[in-house]
Amino acid sequence: MAAAMALVRGVRFGSYSIGRSRSLIFNSLQRRGIAACVDPSIGLTDEQKEFQKVAFDFAANEMAPHMAEWDQKEIFPVEAMRKAAQLGFGGIYVNPDVGGSGLSRLDTSIIFEALSTGCVSTTAYISIHNMCAWMIDTFGNNEQREKFCPDLCSMQKFASYCLTEPGSGSDAASLLTSAKLQGDHYILNGSKAFISGGGDTDVYVVMCRTGEKGPKGISCVVVEKGTAGLSFGKKEKKVGWNSQPTRAVIFEDCAVPVTNRLGAEGEGFSIAMKGLNGGRINIASCSLGAAHASVLLARDHMCVRKQFGETLSNSQFLQFKLAEMATKLVASRLLVRQAAVALQEGRPDAVSLCSMAKLFVTDECFAICNQALQIHGGYGYLKDYAVQQYVRDIRVHQILEGNDFFCLIHVSEILYVKLLQI
Amino acid sequence: MLPLRFRRVTMSARVLVGVKRVIDYAVKIRVKPDRTGVVTDGVKHSMNPFCEIAVEEAVKLKEKKLVKEVVAVSCGPQQVQETIRTALAMGADRGIHVEVSGKDYETLGPLQVSKIFAALAKKEQADLIILGKQAIDDDCNQTGQMTAALLDWPQGTFASEVTLEADKLKVVREIDGGLETIKIKLPAVVTADLRLNTPRYATLPNIMKAKKKKIVNVKPADLGVDVSSRLEVLKVDEPPQRQSGVKVETVHDLVEKLKEAGRI
Repeated sequence: MAAAMALVRGVRFGSYSIGRSRSLIFNSLQRRGIAACVDPSIGLTDEQKEFQKVAFDFAANEMAPHMAEWDQKEIFPVEAMRKAAQLGFGGIYVNPDVGGSGLSRLDTSIIFEALSTGCVSTTAYISIHNMCAWMIDTFGNNEQREKFCPDLCSMQKFASYCLTEPGSGSDAASLLTSAKLQGDHYILNGSKAFISGGGDTDVYVVMCRTGEKGPKGISCVVVEKGTAGLSFGKKEKKVGWNSQPTRAVIFEDCAVPVTNRLGAEGEGFSIAMKGLNGGRINIASCSLGAAHASVLLARDHMCVRKQFGETLSNSQFLQFKLAEMATKLVASRLLVRQAAVALQEGRPDAVSLCSMAKLFVTDECFAICNQALQIHGGYGYLKDYAVQQYVRDIRVHQILEGNDFFCLIHVSEILYVKLLQI
Repeated sequence: MLPLRFRRVTMSARVLVGVKRVIDYAVKIRVKPDRTGVVTDGVKHSMNPFCEIAVEEAVKLKEKKLVKEVVAVSCGPQQVQETIRTALAMGADRGIHVEVSGKDYETLGPLQVSKIFAALAKKEQADLIILGKQAIDDDCNQTGQMTAALLDWPQGTFASEVTLEADKLKVVREIDGGLETIKIKLPAVVTADLRLNTPRYATLPNIMKAKKKKIVNVKPADLGVDVSSRLEVLKVDEPPQRQSGVKVETVHDLVEKLKEAGRI
């Protein structure tokens, strides 16, 4: 056994040593002979294992080799995403009759977790695109579904979710973008901030105020790029998520046909929140993928890096640290998958579970990736090594689609109300 | 009933594709402590890469409407059904699982598998068998050739290009000397080499459709095949550890060292 281990290390030295190019480092992600304890395919059905396999293969072959370039050059990888759409990743939980794949929330979580190992930022955008496609599929009428969904599912067109404004983030219901009815058009005025894909995408799902203050006055309309009065702010410079552009979306007397409204007036906020429940699971799943990849990278580094006469993998402290990271990864994965199942079954605890999952998982996974960077020592800080990109990319997961603080408010509201009912 | 070898290939052509479940290519192999084999428990397995290429070629032929049906076949225990499902998700129409488990599976080799394939080819009235050129676990590179011999069919091995022309197959083979082009009559056996094609990703809809496709269970005894092995594995070892080399200062030293080692 010792001889075999020595051989394994010897072989690794030949093919992977510190300072080598990234492609060799990424090959380590393909070493799926990882110990069964963190294997993400445990407990899945055969079919789910197939979905996961396709996603892992796609991530390793089509995304991971370009992850760093997309980040450094801020490229929006349209071709790669369209390839993903050809496999069915453009509308994973959208109905098949409009081009979607009709899979469950759990299947979706598994897929995003696997894709994320290839590039967190791109996968996160794909998940936002999926969320928008689902909203139109679920809340749109047949004309709207047939008009928008097929192109979105094939990624012929890309979508953006527009809720946040400069003055309303967590307090989303206080949004100000107004939509005044004039004949058969709404005239939109206002601006949205931090819109993922903004400026490069074609279809904007916009929450705007058609009625009174508060959530009941908000409606959801679909605005197409090229509509007069729709413009964009400058591309934001971000710490991570660089493979998707982020811009302000500005409406100046932008006329949108009433036929582009999803659902009835006043239903917009509810539509937005329902979209976000799934969005939270998706973002948490992306964090899981990054954490999984980081644990593997840390483990591999520990087997190679020598200090004080032996490899880091001989240090009991680091062995325990890695075990801790693995435990938290598995705990996070179980929570996300449970939340996904609750949502797809329409269980009463689904909404709170989604918030809990997002809160817990994004925090834990960031800690795991951060710890993995620490284990890499100085090398972890270099952009030649993937671990820093995982850390930078998932840092924002603790902020958007339900800031940590907001999730805490959300969960405590539910707890408090339940407590009062007793 | 015409002998198999004289049947014309029409749109009703049926292709048998062999798929083998092997340890995933990216896994670091470890020898078992008792030196009887390698560790397979809890280790990631997947379809042999050359078998993936074989499936892709068969599915391509079906898409070009040159063959009617693609049947994926695998020999082994229950787990090989995963591998058959992958083939179905790539486009094969149905699967055959030849049940071999336990000790029989550990000693299963090209001779027994080729007998199984020969029997299945007759039973299913196949016109073409496409296999991977070799499996990445045993590197035998024998099953295709043995199958062709048992059936007395022509073989196109190490194929990097396959073209169907009426009832003949034009096969470009990658051989040591370069590329060799041969024309063989159907029915025939082809083994796929690396550059034959790039296997497709299964799409999500195809994975779901694959669930409805049938996998039939068959025992070797039903095909009249005896799977007992004539070979006994005595021991399995890792390759010897690479020894460190020696640096020499001058050409004179080099010649001395080579003489010492008895090389010159």
